[in-house]
Amino acid sequence: MEERSGSFGRFAALGLATAVATTLAAFLSIESDRGILTLLLIIGAGAFAAGRTGILRPWFRQAVEHQRTTGIGLLLSTVALCIVFRDDHFSLFLIGRVLLIILACLGLHLEFGSAGVVNFAGAAFFGVGGYTAAVLNAHSQMPHLLVLGAGGVASALIGSLLLLPLLRTRGHYAALITIAFGLLFRTFVEVNDSLGGPQGLKLDGLRILGWRFNDQLAIGPLHASFYANYVLLAVALLSLAFALVQRLEGSWIGLALDAIRLDEIAAATFGFEIARWKILAFTLGNFLIGVAGALSAFMVGFLAPNNFTFPESLTLVSIVLLGGIGNPWGVALAAFIVVLLPEKLQILQEYRYLLYASLVILILRFRPAGLIPRALRRYFGQPA
Amino acid sequence: MNIGLLGQYVINGMMLGMMYALVAVGFSLFFGVLDVIQFSHGDVVTGGAFAGLAVYLAVSRTIESPLLLLAAALIGAAASMAVLGALIGRGLVLPLRSAPALNTLLLTLMVGTVLREGIRLFFPNGSQPQRFPALLGARALGIGSFTLRLDNVLLLGMGTLLIAGMHLLIARTRLGLAIRAVAQDEETARTSGIPFNRVVLLTFAIGSVLSAFAGVMHGLYYNEINFGMGLLLGAIGFSAAVIGGLGNLYGAILGGFLFAGLQTVGAVALPLPSAYKDVFAFGVVIVLMAWRPTGLIGERASERV
Repeated sequence: MEERSGSFGRFAALGLATAVATTLAAFLSIESDRGILTLLLIIGAGAFAAGRTGILRPWFRQAVEHQRTTGIGLLLSTVALCIVFRDDHFSLFLIGRVLLIILACLGLHLEFGSAGVVNFAGAAFFGVGGYTAAVLNAHSQMPHLLVLGAGGVASALIGSLLLLPLLRTRGHYAALITIAFGLLFRTFVEVNDSLGGPQGLKLDGLRILGWRFNDQLAIGPLHASFYANYVLLAVALLSLAFALVQRLEGSWIGLALDAIRLDEIAAATFGFEIARWKILAFTLGNFLIGVAGALSAFMVGFLAPNNFTFPESLTLVSIVLLGGIGNPWGVALAAFIVVLLPEKLQILQEYRYLLYASLVILILRFRPAGLIPRALRRYFGQPA
Repeated sequence: MNIGLLGQYVINGMMLGMMYALVAVGFSLFFGVLDVIQFSHGDVVTGGAFAGLAVYLAVSRTIESPLLLLAAALIGAAASMAVLGALIGRGLVLPLRSAPALNTLLLTLMVGTVLREGIRLFFPNGSQPQRFPALLGARALGIGSFTLRLDNVLLLGMGTLLIAGMHLLIARTRLGLAIRAVAQDEETARTSGIPFNRVVLLTFAIGSVLSAFAGVMHGLYYNEINFGMGLLLGAIGFSAAVIGGLGNLYGAILGGFLFAGLQTVGAVALPLPSAYKDVFAFGVVIVLMAWRPTGLIGERASERV
């Protein structure tokens, strides 16, 4: 019995991953607005029916149970998508962008999904990583793999400047500090001429150990758009970050973060050192955001202050919230919806902020736990 | 620097401070009665300015006198924003009272985005800056190198009257008493027969009227308004309310003028290009928060468990 449930579980996990990838492939390959809308209707109807009848529930349960298999399945599916869309620049670019946004949102997830430290300056930290990468790329010979790390470190360091006020304040007061920082950063890069001012900065392509990311990717007879390089690197980084976040969540560190988020005073009376865990979550979160920003800067090849505005920060926050605060899988789903939908539905492009905002208002008002709510922590092995 | 130029900077700083103070008072009022931050408040300011402009455009064919036009614009802006503020309070903020503070903050931020985008997309040619008519005339008094614009004096006077009126309303009237009671202790206020919901909605309406005035003032001062101006105004008003101490009206006014002072100092007195004034001002706000975590005139209450 045990054995069979195990193999069904793995099968279910891989099956779901394949289904997700197929849907995504369909979504990316349809060009017309009408086609996309039809697909959305089918998905919506399917999700509604599945929700009502509960047919897919055991599958999802197994997929959650076998997270590692699901993860590997999704990883392989992304590689498969790279092969399918090998000469479609735009689709690969979109996949890369979504992956990097998920990476950044994992950072936010650590910050306020786990530890409850608000951060309304996500786009600013993303920008810190990007600008660090651009400056190091232009003025130094630092190996590019280190440049990506440096983007993360710079973001974490600048974030640590905010730590003192953040630790002393809470709630709305803490929110103000990050909002003020976000506005400050945007203005700073806009008026600072050595950072390109409003025109922004250009970057050369990424090079790691002789692998030139801006050349066509060629493996044997297969040739692919250069964006495939970035997608592969992004998916590798994202997998690492995802594993890290899940490990943290499952460990006693995650437990400490949960306790602090839920009730600081109670956590303090039980001997948790609040400052230490908040510092850990905020620094690590900003590091992830910074790395995502650095790689994104390389991928786009261009940086401008207008990419790091306050509405962009809000978009990142809404992704975390939409997915379900505290659930990294939900974050991934929400990132796909929020990033891909307006890109593919041309009629929405103009209305996209209006759309996100209305969507978040509806979610907050009627389903405050998000699309995939946080699961309860399990303390003892398998459920009965 | 000569005296005339200095006077000019002082007047400009006071104009900015007056606008910021009016916005900040709204933030502080809402926080007082509901313990929430109504972050769409900045975009209500924009809404006020655009409503005023719309009324002006609608009636400028039939009415000639600039004073009547101004009155119409002000009344239109104030009335529509009062309704909008109360609607936001009724439909979105009150139902979320038991949710975490982050949810309310995010919700109102998103309401702000909806307002902003709504103006950009649906006001005729709304994505471009709109010219705001100079309804107070352009007369100016020249004293040496110092020019005192008459409309600035009138605007400052109007702002002072509004703030004084606000003080009287809060300190002397029954409604003010009810607002203060609700702010101090909701349950006790309810048991004493104060209609909680009505007081909250009235507070939202009053705060939004102030921001509508701030919006029209902004238009009259710069002679130009645009759909995105509320974002920064809201952030500044919120900063001002917070550095003053949330829930405290006088703190909010102090914070507003302080922020304007910081911007002016950042633009004039620092050895940096004047474009860094906002960087400087927000930087000081962050430092101030580290020094006084609950604002300059802070809440004294300790947390109950």
